[in-house]
Amino acid sequence: MAVETNLMRKFLNDPADLVKESLKGLAAAHPDLLRYDVANQIVVRKDAPRKGKVALISGGGSGHEPLHGGFVGLGMLDAAAPGEVFTSPVPGQMLAATKAVDGGAGVVHIVKNYTGDVLNFKLAAEDAADEGIKVTSVVIDDDVAVQDSLYTAGRRGVGATVLAEKLAGAAAEAGADLAHVTDTVKRVNARSRSFGVALSSCIPPANGKVIFDLPEGQIELGIGIHGEPGRRRAPLGRASEVVDVIFEAVISDLKPKHGSKVLAFVNGMGGTPLLELYLIYGEVDARLRKAGLEPVRNLIGSYITSLEMAGASLTVLELDDELIKLWDAPVHTPALRWRA
Amino acid sequence: MISERVMDAATISSWMREIEASVRVERDHLVQLDAAIGDGDHGTNMNRGFEAVVQALGADQGSPPGRLLIIAGRTLVSTVGGASGPLWGSALRSGGRVLGDQTTFDGAQLAEVLAAALASVKDLGTASLGDKTMVDALEPAVQTLKARIADGAPVAQAMEAAAAAAEAGMRATIPLQARKGRASYLGERSVGHQDPGATSTALIVRALQRAVTSQP
Repeated sequence: MAVETNLMRKFLNDPADLVKESLKGLAAAHPDLLRYDVANQIVVRKDAPRKGKVALISGGGSGHEPLHGGFVGLGMLDAAAPGEVFTSPVPGQMLAATKAVDGGAGVVHIVKNYTGDVLNFKLAAEDAADEGIKVTSVVIDDDVAVQDSLYTAGRRGVGATVLAEKLAGAAAEAGADLAHVTDTVKRVNARSRSFGVALSSCIPPANGKVIFDLPEGQIELGIGIHGEPGRRRAPLGRASEVVDVIFEAVISDLKPKHGSKVLAFVNGMGGTPLLELYLIYGEVDARLRKAGLEPVRNLIGSYITSLEMAGASLTVLELDDELIKLWDAPVHTPALRWRA
Repeated sequence: MISERVMDAATISSWMREIEASVRVERDHLVQLDAAIGDGDHGTNMNRGFEAVVQALGADQGSPPGRLLIIAGRTLVSTVGGASGPLWGSALRSGGRVLGDQTTFDGAQLAEVLAAALASVKDLGTASLGDKTMVDALEPAVQTLKARIADGAPVAQAMEAAAAAAEAGMRATIPLQARKGRASYLGERSVGHQDPGATSTALIVRALQRAVTSQP
């Protein structure tokens, strides 16, 4: 075991305990914000359930930290259900989370569009409805690298998930009802598009091997967040050329109105430093302005990751006045926090 | 004329143990297949799930076969995660409901169990034959089993044909482009790889063949 661990270059006691031990650490670091329910493997906002407040929960495989556990707290999620690394949680976790946060005003499930997440959340929502809890589910599918057609499982949910959790979380905190909070998640998803690239694969701790081999000097275009290979591979050019590809993919699909205010989210995949992410943001900012768009808000950092993968994704959200107000509203979670 | 085999709760327990054993042996192979066109967790997840199933059935006190399938399905849903958990979980539960409370079942009923499992997978996963999924192994197995039983073949012989059909279906996924599940994100790049879900499905059908054959 010790030898394998060293070969993996990961901090592990036992790979099988990684998720649980990490969640324990998260709870130890932020007792003022959240608690970790070990038996149900869920992270719950400390003051949940809040009577009369619509609650938001999300969940998915681990390995995308800080998503989702790092977004539990004021103005964002009420609970998160983390599965094993890159594996959807099981319905019992989502059901336990739903019950733990329901304050009588209903619970919104934010689901990333992966077959496993969708199926497990569906079973959980049915169980919750059987127990008399009002549940709505919104599937996030903002990744333009996947063609949405009858011939695929549909677009993946990526960067827009973070934005939807923040914006709908702010709406719920401000007292919006279940229909309005649900609609906010849908609106953010409909107005967002994302595209990601990788400079390296990543190593799931359960088997210790890279998911795909990427030779030096190559870039994988159109990746998701599970280390799954992208749609194509190309020689790695200058950063400005890479941003051209990413920007074109996002904007040509989003088709924002000329003069729109937008939020640009430059996300690191886990192994790319902030130094490079800001370079990317500078390139994106210039292109947005040149395209007649106004980047009035931004988020730069590693918020929805793929273990140690080197790479980045861009999400552009076409804002409106309400979304700007919700973005500026206070948030206090382990990974995202600001005052009004 | 071989006398027709009667199957019961022991057949189901033996089936689940056979699955657990072969998934354990093939775990790394399933992981490799999944890493090529998915995210590399299929072997680990199925291994965890069927270990839990064997444990759950080991603790059971004399439930009828249909009930055992429902317990196994419920255990998969609550331990596997991913897409395979709900899909195989629902499949076994649907199969179990076919048998109700009866203590024994025959070949025709076994075919109905597998047909119900297939229907549930297709319904929940919205996949059809040729989408490069577990359906590509399960559907030919069910068709073959039904046809052989209808022709009057003994169960062991019919199951041998069904397992071979599942394995042929599994191999036939190699040239296909995935249309469902995580492999579909790859588009044309999924061509040339054997589907991990169809592979574990072929193992599960083969395990059933062993369970009905080894029975006294």
